[in-house]
Amino acid sequence: MTPDTPIRDPHVILRVIAKFLIPLIALFAFYVQFHGDYGPGGGFQAGVILAVSVILYALIFGLDEAKRAFPPALIRVGMSLGVLLYGGTGVVAWMMGGEFLNYSVLAHDAIHGQHWGILVIELGVLTTVTSVMLAIFYAFGSRQPEISDEDW
Amino acid sequence: MMSWLSTHGAAFAIVLPLLMAAVVALLPSVRRLAWAVATLVAIAVCATAFIVLQTQIDAGVIVYEMGGWAPPHGISLRLDAVNAPILLLIAAMGVLSLVYAEPATHAEVELKKRGPFYAAMLLCIAGLMGMVVTGDAFNVFVFLEVSSISGYTLVAMGANRDRRALTAAFNYLILGSIGATFFVIGVGFLYAETGTLNMEDMRAILANLDGGSRVAQVAFGFIVVGLGLKLAMFPLHTWLPGAYAYSPTMVTAFLASTATKAALYLLYRFCFTVFDPSFEYVAVVLTYVVTGLAVTGMIFASLQAFFQTDARRTLAFSSVAQVGYMLLGIGILSVAGLAGSYLHLINHAVVKGGLFLALGAMWYQFGITRISDMAGLSKTMPITTAAFTVLAFSLIGVPFTAGFVSKVALAEAAAEKGWWWAVAVIMVTSIIALFYMGRMMMVAYFSPPPAECLREDGKVLRREAPILMLIPLVGLAMMSILIGLRGNVILTDISENAARVLIPGGGL
Repeated sequence: MTPDTPIRDPHVILRVIAKFLIPLIALFAFYVQFHGDYGPGGGFQAGVILAVSVILYALIFGLDEAKRAFPPALIRVGMSLGVLLYGGTGVVAWMMGGEFLNYSVLAHDAIHGQHWGILVIELGVLTTVTSVMLAIFYAFGSRQPEISDEDW
Repeated sequence: MMSWLSTHGAAFAIVLPLLMAAVVALLPSVRRLAWAVATLVAIAVCATAFIVLQTQIDAGVIVYEMGGWAPPHGISLRLDAVNAPILLLIAAMGVLSLVYAEPATHAEVELKKRGPFYAAMLLCIAGLMGMVVTGDAFNVFVFLEVSSISGYTLVAMGANRDRRALTAAFNYLILGSIGATFFVIGVGFLYAETGTLNMEDMRAILANLDGGSRVAQVAFGFIVVGLGLKLAMFPLHTWLPGAYAYSPTMVTAFLASTATKAALYLLYRFCFTVFDPSFEYVAVVLTYVVTGLAVTGMIFASLQAFFQTDARRTLAFSSVAQVGYMLLGIGILSVAGLAGSYLHLINHAVVKGGLFLALGAMWYQFGITRISDMAGLSKTMPITTAAFTVLAFSLIGVPFTAGFVSKVALAEAAAEKGWWWAVAVIMVTSIIALFYMGRMMMVAYFSPPPAECLREDGKVLRREAPILMLIPLVGLAMMSILIGLRGNVILTDISENAARVLIPGGGL
């Protein structure tokens, strides 16, 4: 290699390691998510971790790549969808004759019903938290330059 | 359906706008779609609130166990004579503002942002209803934040028209967050003292402890300051004029008539239900601090209102002064005073909401917000100006209007207590109100309209506001007269019942 050969990719180690880590981070997010019923964890923590995997991707491969993988339009839907999943569980509980968010009525017996209920609402929390974290990151990351004087 | 609503209505009134907000945020940007959906939701919420109020009147107290978990461990919604009418008030103001919003928001918010805008509006309604209806102190904080954060967004949406909305919203965000933080610190201390978050449970435990230790006193201080920020108690009101002056018109009307009122309701709740004026520290704070600030606020904010050039800022400072009246009613510490305060809360919501709607209509037609630009409005916009006049009279407290009924109730309560100086302050500030409202009406009635509003033959060109703006505006003006003439029978009952619930012993 002659001294004047251009260095093609100064971050090759970073990229390789990140590609290896990102799926693991996402996997860990789902571990935290489904572990949340019985142990520490749950939708919020899992949502943050899942968002972190995308944020790491954006830091290393650039915001545009991240936006292609996880488009902002999807995020807007995700933010609302999570709320609807959570609230929808309550509405279903209403339809089954219980109080709002009374999971006991969701299945044939109370324990099973509460399992179902917590699973679905945590999924809703995961969806919303991931989307909101990414929305905040995208908003700050793709901030437009300072407002010029004419805009005021 | 009716019987289902009478049991689940309290929860339904919060859940419906909350979930529909998520749906509205996703709606495609078609001309009126988001507005239509949001308005239908608000109407349904209002109907629900009405049924809930009926049920509450029949049953006395409704307790709804969220998720089937019984209080004090689970979160409960609790409705009694104090909060059920306020619930209906918030829902009704939501409907009126949303009906009004169609033309107004069309001019103020770009199409792409209208979906999220109406979603934020529905969230704000849900948050305010939640604050009022919940029986759990921490849940109050959560709903407080839901309503406040959507409120900051709504204020910032005024940026399309006036960039100052952004700084106003930021100011509101910082001060509002400090207020909410103080409140939650207070709730934390209360939890440390009582070991519960259920407000009824807290009441029982604090009464047992005879007011509790210093921890409870600190909690009370934090809660009063936190709520004071939210309800714009005099020296903590600095966020309010900017937020009211630069936000979109329907947002101003909605926030002015509901946001500070919901916070004031919480102050009633914490001062009289959770804490009790029979504890010495509560009585001292209410008699000296709250009353003192109330009176100072009434005088200073009225004077500040007089010296504004912007009509909306005038009304905003007037709102701070009116909050002073309501706080004075709390400070009197009697059933009569509290009933006057409660009555003034409802009346002021109707009146100030209507006034802001009228100013919004004037802005919509002529793009004016300064008082000096209101020249000739009585000829160019006769119906709007007539409604504005009626509501302004009501704000001043002219007989046969809503403002008169509640100001007299407050003055009577103060006199009963022997606080003649308070009666004098009510009189003086009403006279100042006469001046600052009179200044606008003078310009509107006696100055000739600007040249571009005249036709060639010298006649005035009429440019009345669109019908969707006039309906809520005239409705509120009629309402204020109705309260002044007949409604006082109903409303006085409502406010006295509320005051009796808050002070079961009949006062000190």
